Amino acid sequence: MLAPRRLVLAAPALLLLPRGAQATLNEMQDAMRAFTGGAAVTRGRVAMDISPLVENGNTVPLSVIVDSPMTEADHVRAIAVFNERNPQPHVITARIGPRAGRAILSTHMRLATSQTLHAVAAMSDGSFWSDSAQVVVTLAACIEG
Amino acid sequence: MARVLLNVPRSARRGDVITIRTLIQHTMETGYRPNAQGEVVPRDIIRRFTCTYDGAVVFEAELSPAIAANPFLSFTTVATRSGPVEMRWEGDNGFAQTETRSIEVT
Repeated sequence: MLAPRRLVLAAPALLLLPRGAQATLNEMQDAMRAFTGGAAVTRGRVAMDISPLVENGNTVPLSVIVDSPMTEADHVRAIAVFNERNPQPHVITARIGPRAGRAILSTHMRLATSQTLHAVAAMSDGSFWSDSAQVVVTLAACIEG
Repeated sequence: MARVLLNVPRSARRGDVITIRTLIQHTMETGYRPNAQGEVVPRDIIRRFTCTYDGAVVFEAELSPAIAANPFLSFTTVATRSGPVEMRWEGDNGFAQTETRSIEVT
């Protein structure tokens, strides 16, 4: 364990992330395409609940709620969350179904920096819906030693 | 065995939508973080979570390193029948843990 003082002194050096440790917008779009299979994604029906100003990027509560009756005929098949500027674009993919009753997913995630998050829901009729959220992070995850 | 915190209702009425909350103790090492010697610590995360209830998988999640340490997951399911709710976590380095809670459906 580093003493807190040493950790503080080392912090500026640790901020220099190696190149390539950040996902690009293209990588995120590739990850989203892998989830949707290239189908068109429409904005709406999905609501992302995340604090717009995050003090600590190590544990950020995140909820995704999808507007769906969750019946056998019309339900959400899967919910996926992507980010633009963490080292990897994928956050979580949850597979649910009519037995979920409601389409809600909550978890805690890491944020490497201020960025935009995207949630995509796959419906039983084959359509895809999405929402995005902008988050400002003051203390980033993934950098302290 | 990693410590877990599970919130599964003991009883519910048939047809009720119940919320299940799970938290398991795990570092979720990202594979990007340097240690005190400056070497990158290899990735060690939980990759998959599965919840089985009344003969079917009702919730399944694939996790990435972007999920915070001690992964927390909350989801819902419809109370259909009394019986066990089985939750399983699987991850790197052969990590696997299964927890079961029973629910009484009236």
